[in-house]
Amino acid sequence: MEAFTTHTGRAVPLRRSNVDTDQIIPAHWLKKVTRDGFEDGLFEAWRKDPEFVLNRPERQGATVLVAGPDFGTGSSREHAVWALQNYGFKAVISSRFADIFRGNSLKNGLLTVVLEQRTVDALWELTEQDSTAEVTVDLEAREVRAAGVTASFELDENSRWRLLNGLDDISITLQNEADIAVYEAERPAHKPRTLQA
Amino acid sequence: MGRTLAEKVWDDHVVRRAEGEPDLLYIDLHLLHEVTSPQAFDGLRKSGRTVRRLDLTIATEDHNTPTLDIDKPIADPVSRAQLETLRKNCAEFGVRLHPLGDVEQGVVHVVGPQLGLTQPGTTVVCGDSHTSTHGAFGALAFGIGTSQVEHVLATQTLPLARPKTMAITVEGELPDGVTAKDLILAIIAKIGTGGGQGYILEYRGSAIEKLSMEARMTICNMSIEAGARAGMIAPDETTFAYLKGRPHAPEGADWDAAVAYWKTLRTDEDAVFDAEVVIDAAELSPFVTWGTNPGQGAPLSANVPDPASYEDASERFAAEKALEYMGLEAGQPLRSIEVDTVFVGSCTNGRIEDLRAAADLLRGRKVADGVRMLVVPGSARVGLQAVSEGLDVVFKEAGAEWRHAGCSMCLGMNPDQLAPGERSASTSNRNFEGRQGKGGRTHLVSPQVAAATAVLGHLASPADLTDAPAPAGV
Repeated sequence: MEAFTTHTGRAVPLRRSNVDTDQIIPAHWLKKVTRDGFEDGLFEAWRKDPEFVLNRPERQGATVLVAGPDFGTGSSREHAVWALQNYGFKAVISSRFADIFRGNSLKNGLLTVVLEQRTVDALWELTEQDSTAEVTVDLEAREVRAAGVTASFELDENSRWRLLNGLDDISITLQNEADIAVYEAERPAHKPRTLQA
Repeated sequence: MGRTLAEKVWDDHVVRRAEGEPDLLYIDLHLLHEVTSPQAFDGLRKSGRTVRRLDLTIATEDHNTPTLDIDKPIADPVSRAQLETLRKNCAEFGVRLHPLGDVEQGVVHVVGPQLGLTQPGTTVVCGDSHTSTHGAFGALAFGIGTSQVEHVLATQTLPLARPKTMAITVEGELPDGVTAKDLILAIIAKIGTGGGQGYILEYRGSAIEKLSMEARMTICNMSIEAGARAGMIAPDETTFAYLKGRPHAPEGADWDAAVAYWKTLRTDEDAVFDAEVVIDAAELSPFVTWGTNPGQGAPLSANVPDPASYEDASERFAAEKALEYMGLEAGQPLRSIEVDTVFVGSCTNGRIEDLRAAADLLRGRKVADGVRMLVVPGSARVGLQAVSEGLDVVFKEAGAEWRHAGCSMCLGMNPDQLAPGERSASTSNRNFEGRQGKGGRTHLVSPQVAAATAVLGHLASPADLTDAPAPAGV
């Protein structure tokens, strides 16, 4: 995973709540067996509308998505995270994320930042009025900064440490392989098995 | 202080707990399917890792599989390639696989329980958000992303922060004609699509205790639509009776030891939930969705809501967008909504009791002119059971299409899709824009409402079927 420390970029204001993962990446894209090449599927249905915010020329090259509440609901598809990253997004800001999407994003180095809705409103107003306005997402300081906006955000220390260092979860877990073996030795015999012993 | 059911199962699976770190949780059962696993197997290959516990891992094919002509090569080359990738990965790593055509193939969340692999007090994961289904057995079951699939394959564990717990207590009797699906849709409408976010839900109370295992699975299945990764129901005699004798259920002394453990899996009297919601079962009626998220639902007897009636600006805007997408007018009676398609199936409502309920209403009746009805069993076994009961004949005589098992039109990754502008009454779990096909419009309903709607051509409940069904064989 790529490390995330701080990022500054232009933003896309997405004034929609309940942006589900079927909107982020429709199911027919899920037939791919790689982690890349999903950028054209991102918000595919909405992008058919030339007025959709992502299609506006002034939003090209933007890297921070500022969305309404309950972003990433629905399917567990990690493809939603890959699609946002493949397109070029480095961070998503919302007042509330669906749990599975948030977990997936943090495992891939896409920073999901929870801010109060009134701060999201302020970022929407700022970036709608001035498409060149930059937003900084600073994981070291746990702070989002833009013209007239300074807001701190929460992220548990363990997730933050993994992101700042771009650490691979599996390697960390395998450092405790002995604990796993001890647990396995004590599992009850009645637990289900998919294969005959 | 006492502990909740979720806390007990969680604590029993902690491999390692350390200050400032998420708990490392052991996973008892890992279910795989073709869509969310290829990149995980790739990751294993790249890092030279193997599957740690093949005996706790099982795969099936469901999302891409066609429901017609399953003996012929799959027409869509991309779907075919994804299924072939799963077959290749399972062969290379040694994972048990039930492919298309196998008698144990089916929607992964129907297959696990019917094999008896889903058991009380286990942890169950799958790269699929409807893994919450398995919570009906008192298992802690939740959907994971592909990175976590790889993590479980390699380590049989997951680092996780412990969620909060929420009790959803449903007391009283569900009125006649009101099903588990109506109940869960009403719960989601009440607490919202984000209401369960950060919680494990526990459904409890006299109305829940009276439900069959299949009805409990319908409830737990849709926990994720309320934002909760997992939903659970304490195991009881209904659970034990369902499991007894299933292929992977414990036997002999193991059965006795298992039941003794399972009986401890109840929330203690003095346990405290972080949140609690109470629902009066007697107040419920058939429930349907009118919008584009599962929280946008209402009793079938109601009208399409007026967006102006929402105080919250974001909800108002969402309702406006939903009505526009759905092609509905504020104030229109929900019963007046005409459909082109009826879908009975999915991990929510594709089990034998669901098929029986739909067949009972269709027996001696006909699907309305201009309505296409698809009946897709949740698994090949459910299909065989339905055939042995003659349900396939009932569906075909009524003019419905009887298909092979899979996820099918729930998400339209196979050819079973809505065309742009088409409208369905669907027993599945998501009414998102385009979910069942680009431009398709979905109303989530119970199997009973689906069948009545198929006969009348507009959203309807069984009580609306005032005709006398024709005698059998006519």
